[in-house]
Amino acid sequence: MAYTFSFPEEVLEHVFSFIESEKDRSAISLVCKSWYEIERWCRRRVFVGNCYAVSPVMVIKRFPELRSIALKGKPHFADFNLVPEGWGGYVCPWIAAMACALPCLEEIRLKRMVITDESLELVAKSFKNFKVLVLTSCEGFTTDGLAAIAANCRNLKELDLQESEVEDLSGHWLSHFPDSYTSLVSLNISCLGNEVSLSALERLLGRCPNLQTLRLNRAVPLDRLPNLLSRCPQLVELGTGVYSTELRPEVFSNLEAAFSGCKQLKSLSGFWDVLPSYLPAVYPICSRLTSLNLSYATIQTYDLIKLISQCRNLLRLWVLDYIEDAGLYALAASCKDLRELRVFPSDPFGLDPNVALTEQGLVSVSEGCPKLQSVLYFCRQMSNAALYTIARNRPNLTRFRLCIIEPRTPDYITREPLDSGFGAIVEHCKDLQRLSLSGLLTDRVFEYIGTYGKKLEMLSVAFAGESDLGLHHVLSGCDNLRKLEIRDCPFGDKALLANAAKLETMRSLWMSSCSVSYGACKLLGQKMPRLNVEVIDERGPPDSRPISCPVEKLYIYRSIAGPRLDMPGFVWTMEDDSSLRLESSR
Amino acid sequence: MSEALEEGGSMKGGLNLKATELRLGLPGCESPEREGVFKSGAKRGFSDAIDGNWNAGSEVGLGKDATLFSPRAVAVANSLTLTATDCTNQPSALGASVLKETLPHSPKPLHDKKPLISAPAAKTQVVGWPPIRSFRKNSMASQPTQKNDSDAEAKSGCLYVKVSMEGAPYLRKVDLNSFGTYKDLSLALEKMFSCFTIGQCGSYGVSSRENLSESRLMDLLHGSEYVLTYEDKDGDWMLVGDVPWEMFTESCKRLRIMKSSEAIGLAPRAMEKCKSRN
Repeated sequence: MAYTFSFPEEVLEHVFSFIESEKDRSAISLVCKSWYEIERWCRRRVFVGNCYAVSPVMVIKRFPELRSIALKGKPHFADFNLVPEGWGGYVCPWIAAMACALPCLEEIRLKRMVITDESLELVAKSFKNFKVLVLTSCEGFTTDGLAAIAANCRNLKELDLQESEVEDLSGHWLSHFPDSYTSLVSLNISCLGNEVSLSALERLLGRCPNLQTLRLNRAVPLDRLPNLLSRCPQLVELGTGVYSTELRPEVFSNLEAAFSGCKQLKSLSGFWDVLPSYLPAVYPICSRLTSLNLSYATIQTYDLIKLISQCRNLLRLWVLDYIEDAGLYALAASCKDLRELRVFPSDPFGLDPNVALTEQGLVSVSEGCPKLQSVLYFCRQMSNAALYTIARNRPNLTRFRLCIIEPRTPDYITREPLDSGFGAIVEHCKDLQRLSLSGLLTDRVFEYIGTYGKKLEMLSVAFAGESDLGLHHVLSGCDNLRKLEIRDCPFGDKALLANAAKLETMRSLWMSSCSVSYGACKLLGQKMPRLNVEVIDERGPPDSRPISCPVEKLYIYRSIAGPRLDMPGFVWTMEDDSSLRLESSR
Repeated sequence: MSEALEEGGSMKGGLNLKATELRLGLPGCESPEREGVFKSGAKRGFSDAIDGNWNAGSEVGLGKDATLFSPRAVAVANSLTLTATDCTNQPSALGASVLKETLPHSPKPLHDKKPLISAPAAKTQVVGWPPIRSFRKNSMASQPTQKNDSDAEAKSGCLYVKVSMEGAPYLRKVDLNSFGTYKDLSLALEKMFSCFTIGQCGSYGVSSRENLSESRLMDLLHGSEYVLTYEDKDGDWMLVGDVPWEMFTESCKRLRIMKSSEAIGLAPRAMEKCKSRN
């Protein structure tokens, strides 16, 4: 039985406009051809998790009315210098294509991509209503590019350079915002090395009444902060500059007054080079804080405890391991609403522990903070017992990243592998989406992960496992796996080839310093045309070595754009059968 | 442990992996266990290319020696067959033996010969481990540490700077804190950009504190095709080796391997700066 359902397109479009999630939008587009058409014409926002999975032309052709695009480039392990410079992630072709075809584009968000000043200039000139530029962990540009954005984007609301590598030629770029420019809502320049023109900044802040987020860079002196804050008392999120200066009472009282004057302030970060005597200036606003990033603050446990125990409404805390177990115990007692905790190492390369931070700190927080969902924890010792406790205390964990600093460290009490501890985590935390492993681990932990990690989307593995069985468990068991990154594990060809089809259901797989042979890479490349199999090897062409020789690094990702054309000399894409046939027919 | 594996084996039988099996060679050939190929954790950053004891990295790329591989492995390479059933092997057959032969228990032994820089207590570093972003590493490296322990752990952080080379299509990054001397740096860069020789780096490179005379500079520049230069905090391009190593690491923003002919233009400014310093 068939019945035609006439519904004006405009109505459907209106209905669709309430559907924002990417997944739901995709589902809509699959219902029928007419819904596909209607949906694509009203899609305003697109997220491309891997810039090489699809070409700019394809995206633009399908969604001609885009207003917002987000792109990710390099693999995650590029953050840790595992991806050689020049690998790729160039946004230029995207910007060039969009400049021609999407004049109404308003937002560009990039992560781990390379963007040049030329591209920034093109953005500045091509999109008349440009509003949001977020460059997270990007590189390739200078402050000249920023000057172009400042000068031309009259409607800019957000400029966020989080942790990007910017060649800082001068602080004068900020002065390029014209006097008539008043629409700034969010500015994050915390990664810039040089001092920006403070008077220009003060004037800018003064004329932008909608400013909510301001993340300054280290070069902004503490004694100038009160002045800056007085221009924008409506601030919700603040990143300070350097947090020390000569100890002067009037500086302290000005600072305290300035903080208190910001009645909406909920989030603090920055705190480079903290002079503890200046910390009490923030005490009056602690009870309002929901987010605190002290991960650059080299302050001692005692000062940390005094500060944190006043932040009763804290949802998110990033801190150095100077907090120690005692501080985490205090955190657990004071901050009952805590959702996210990240503890970074103050001395990651030292041989011996420099702080009294152990697994106990994390256990305390897991006990005291019922809403804890997201954990990133660097420490030097761990036990299966602690992991069991954490798992049972906090089955609501969605992100669990544990980094035991020394590779292959066993349970410090029993000297056994930490398989069962991590097994407990995946077993109890049924909604776990992201997991990073460390410590001594055999294939068993992967068996647990494959069995229980049904919601797992991203897994990071280092110095773990014993055989291909480990990799096989993960690839065959984790139904929702999207991103898998592996380094220094004895995984070879077998599991990879046996699970080749799985790779098309994932965004990407990274393997470095493993045992995958060049032969296996070639085979995968040949047999799986919708995968780009990239061999990254700085020793020279893989053809110059035996086919059984393991490759240094391997990056496999699904793509409908075919092999990319911008690879540097140390990256080889394994060709698929169709291109090989072309070769031989010549 | 073995129970779990057998259980895993039967599970896999049910999945009929043979159907998805991808093979490299003629059916019926068995793949030998690979020996000596696995090098987990052993490949380090560029600085470690200096170590002679780690031979698999640079040599294999350069020559046909293939010292890494046993002749047997090479001979059967063409008939390598990978079958899914191998996945069900007990780890002791494949993983552990490879593990024992080639996998050091911790990364440290491979680096015993490497000269450590500021503090003997500083740990030799595996590339990208612990997983901390460069931004954070560089920020921490230049902050005074709060706890002043007796063992001087001053510069235990990383200091990555970019290295570019005339004519090379891509950049590299090196961690200056992982070298102790100009010679180390020079050797590492030679390996990295393997087809040239960098001349002796400045007066400090030859461990003498003689002033850099103009003629000596010309000698240096004419002696080799390329020289190593760096951009300092003031934005000036200088010849590497003019200042003590510690001063260099503090002021070096990035490195560039220039053709000598180009670097000659630097000389006057380099001279000026040297003179004003000395």
